[in-house]
Amino acid sequence: MILHELIAYDVLRVIWWGLLGVLLIGFALTDGFDMGVGALLPFVGKTDIERRVAINTVGPVWEGNQVWFILGGGAIFAAWPPLYAVSFSGFYLAMFVILAAFIVRPVAFKYRSKRDDPRWRNAWDWALFASGTIPALLFGVAVGNVIQGVPFHFTDDLHTIYEGAWYIKFIGLLDPFSVLAGVVSLSMLVMHGAAWLTLKAEGVVQSRARAIGSVAALVAVGSYVLAGLWMAVGVEGYRIVGDYVTNGPSNPLHFEVERTASWLTAYLDRPWIVIAPIMGILGGGLTFLGLRAGREVSTLLFSKMAILGVISSVGLTMFPFIMPSSSDPQSSLTVWNSSSSHLTLFIMLVVTAIFMPLILMYTAWVYKVLWGKVTEADVSENSHSVY
Amino acid sequence: MEFGIVELSRMQFAMTAMYHFLFVPLTLGLSILVAIMETVYVMTNRPIWRQMTKFWGTLFGINFVLGVATGITMEFQFGMNWSYYSHYVGDIFGAPLAIEGLMAFFLEATFVGLFFFGWDKLSKVAHLAVAWLVAIGSNFSALWILIANGWMQNPVGAEFNPMTMRMEMTDFFAVLFNEVAQAKFVHTVSAGYVTASVFVIGVSAWYMLKGRHIELARRSITVGAAFGLASALSVVLLGDESGYSATHSQKMKLAAIEAMWETHEAPAPFNLIGFPDQEARETHYAIEIPWAMGLIGTRSLTTEIPGINDLVAQAEDRIRSGLIAYEALLEVRENRAGTDPAVMATFEAHSADLGFAFLLKKYVDNPLDATEAQIKAAADDTVPTVWPLFWAFRLMVGLGFGFIGTMLYFFYRASFKGMHFPRPALHLAVWMIPAPWIAAELGWFVAEFGRQPWTVDGVLPTAMSVSALSMTEVALTLAGFVIFYTVLFIIEMGLMLKYIRKGPFQDVAETEAWNTRHNDRLAGRRNADAIAQPDLHPAE
Repeated sequence: MILHELIAYDVLRVIWWGLLGVLLIGFALTDGFDMGVGALLPFVGKTDIERRVAINTVGPVWEGNQVWFILGGGAIFAAWPPLYAVSFSGFYLAMFVILAAFIVRPVAFKYRSKRDDPRWRNAWDWALFASGTIPALLFGVAVGNVIQGVPFHFTDDLHTIYEGAWYIKFIGLLDPFSVLAGVVSLSMLVMHGAAWLTLKAEGVVQSRARAIGSVAALVAVGSYVLAGLWMAVGVEGYRIVGDYVTNGPSNPLHFEVERTASWLTAYLDRPWIVIAPIMGILGGGLTFLGLRAGREVSTLLFSKMAILGVISSVGLTMFPFIMPSSSDPQSSLTVWNSSSSHLTLFIMLVVTAIFMPLILMYTAWVYKVLWGKVTEADVSENSHSVY
Repeated sequence: MEFGIVELSRMQFAMTAMYHFLFVPLTLGLSILVAIMETVYVMTNRPIWRQMTKFWGTLFGINFVLGVATGITMEFQFGMNWSYYSHYVGDIFGAPLAIEGLMAFFLEATFVGLFFFGWDKLSKVAHLAVAWLVAIGSNFSALWILIANGWMQNPVGAEFNPMTMRMEMTDFFAVLFNEVAQAKFVHTVSAGYVTASVFVIGVSAWYMLKGRHIELARRSITVGAAFGLASALSVVLLGDESGYSATHSQKMKLAAIEAMWETHEAPAPFNLIGFPDQEARETHYAIEIPWAMGLIGTRSLTTEIPGINDLVAQAEDRIRSGLIAYEALLEVRENRAGTDPAVMATFEAHSADLGFAFLLKKYVDNPLDATEAQIKAAADDTVPTVWPLFWAFRLMVGLGFGFIGTMLYFFYRASFKGMHFPRPALHLAVWMIPAPWIAAELGWFVAEFGRQPWTVDGVLPTAMSVSALSMTEVALTLAGFVIFYTVLFIIEMGLMLKYIRKGPFQDVAETEAWNTRHNDRLAGRRNADAIAQPDLHPAE
């Protein structure tokens, strides 16, 4: 097979770096509001029927949304095997907590309304709350750690070794900067969930969602700006030094890396990337206004814009780094040293080019079929078939 | 055997994978059975078939959600617990997993919501299409997972790259059309169809014994028996195909399943029963069927099947060849592009055996320091423990033939005896419900345990594949998974039994009312909707 030579290796790597971003953003835009609704559940729904309305706004779609998470895992495995290997084993216990949340959540959705016992339902409501809140927080914490660098190194035959005892590896994730990053992601997804509920619910559920969501939007913008300032003064960056090729074999040990004063020098090298943080801040601000004004469709779009801006700002700022190593910078994973082979990247691109548009098309069709508000009447009339 | 991080990680993988596979077979089969029932409904317009679709659909949903939930663990734990494996073969193994997400899982997960929520939002035909898309998605999902798994059993279309210290794909289509993967796929989905058929027949038999929902139960048994008969035949046939393909790709696994210590003059006999003795390398009290093994394995009377002792001798040769590759590899890694072409040529000549040199890592840090005794021990390690494979396989095959018999009987009663079933047969059907699950788990055990000591046959030893984690971490997550999964299992069984006891929610009269409503709605007479009745289920 020589067809794959049509696209240069380094171009494919940049494309797959972009697709990694698309997957993360796709996940945050769709499953993000599921997590947000979970986190909001105890606050927007005080009675069983109110909670059922909130749950049923995401009822028919959470399952498809969650696939973004699973596809994210699979695509990282296929396109960035070292990243898959290093990050999931490095964040081992945190990953377990996230997995536990993503395992309990489907079950909670599906089983909650299958018994009438209020204790049964209450227990599942708490499960939905926890499984929305904890991953939303931990995803941000993980990003905060990646920005600062993770303590790992490679041996000569590319075994990954992590520094520190197991409890340090786990508790150590929660340093102040990473917790701040966690606050950014949690508040952003709560805002997104509130924007979704504004569109899909009415009455008291909607008005509570709007009230909490507008606070979350302010927190999201504030913590995001604060994290940016912190990165300007308190977080070191990384850069590749010496001669290197961008289309060579994927082996981190072939590269030299050193630390720099700040990641934010990227904005001097590539000023155009400033569009990402602007979108993040502007989107968050407009979501706040939209929620206050009671706009429905446009608020959800603003919220999506905020998420797009915030997530892409992280990737664009760190480029070409994907997961730097704090204890052994030479082991850092970058776009140029941690991808799959030329052939695999090409094949995966062809498959993605065929199926991603199909996925977007049928997902859009499903959302269109389900268009409209979920009301208390809908839920009680179809009590046995909905959640 | 000392108990370390490798054993603990294997326990966790075995536990989470076998648990996941409690739900997968029923999803595979029931999705299709439900779609078949809905097809009959749309074609005949008879409400009983809609009732059946909804009833079995509800049970499908309770099961499906746990299949999805436990599948998440499978997608992520390669990276968590098997990070060297992920690095070493991700270039090949990751692709089918990602394609599974793109092509199959998105399809089933996006439409499954519409299946449950879309009854009042879609036309009959559109809803039927949704049901089929869920079924197709589930089954495609199995295809890609088995392509990934098939590659672990028979790693084709890839070679080792010394610059990146990993296997890289050289031929995607070889990975795709791997004969092991294709045989496994049909074998596995057919096993899922049998599982669902046995489940549907068993639950329906219970209703008939109780004198409830007779109409629904009879029709369900008829559908289940027809579908189940075809599937049970296909499972055994494709299982045979797997055996045939194992003859050239997984010789050691085949020899271990047969407890065939010595190479037998062709055609080899099949050990029907016996007591394999790993120490003495012989099988006591064996009852042999002459020629059978040769016919199954080679489909000829003249081709030999190698025995375990000969395969161990071959492994020893390959370890020595692998050591030459390993020595050259160290030099290639040092000098990279500037490597002496002669060294490079040596490496390439022996690189196919590199994995065998890695078997020595269990004994020494540097395989080049291995003693003769260690090389012999590593060669012996290539033999999996024989007796569990021997017995698990025989039990599975026995169950497989049992399913064919049962399905034949029910199919005969349903087709020629006016759907009348004697009570003892109904009792048997109820008691048989767990059997296909046992067979499926045994099948996976044979496939995966039989591959030891490798994660990727002949390429990467299991002992080398694990992450550098502490025992505490893995013990914590293993305990977490055990507790968590046990609780979920109890809850699932509770709900399943509750909904089976409760029976179909909608009676026929209700379904007819729904039909009227549905037709009114399609004709634009929304206000005439019969649902504007007093609320029978007031808000809690």
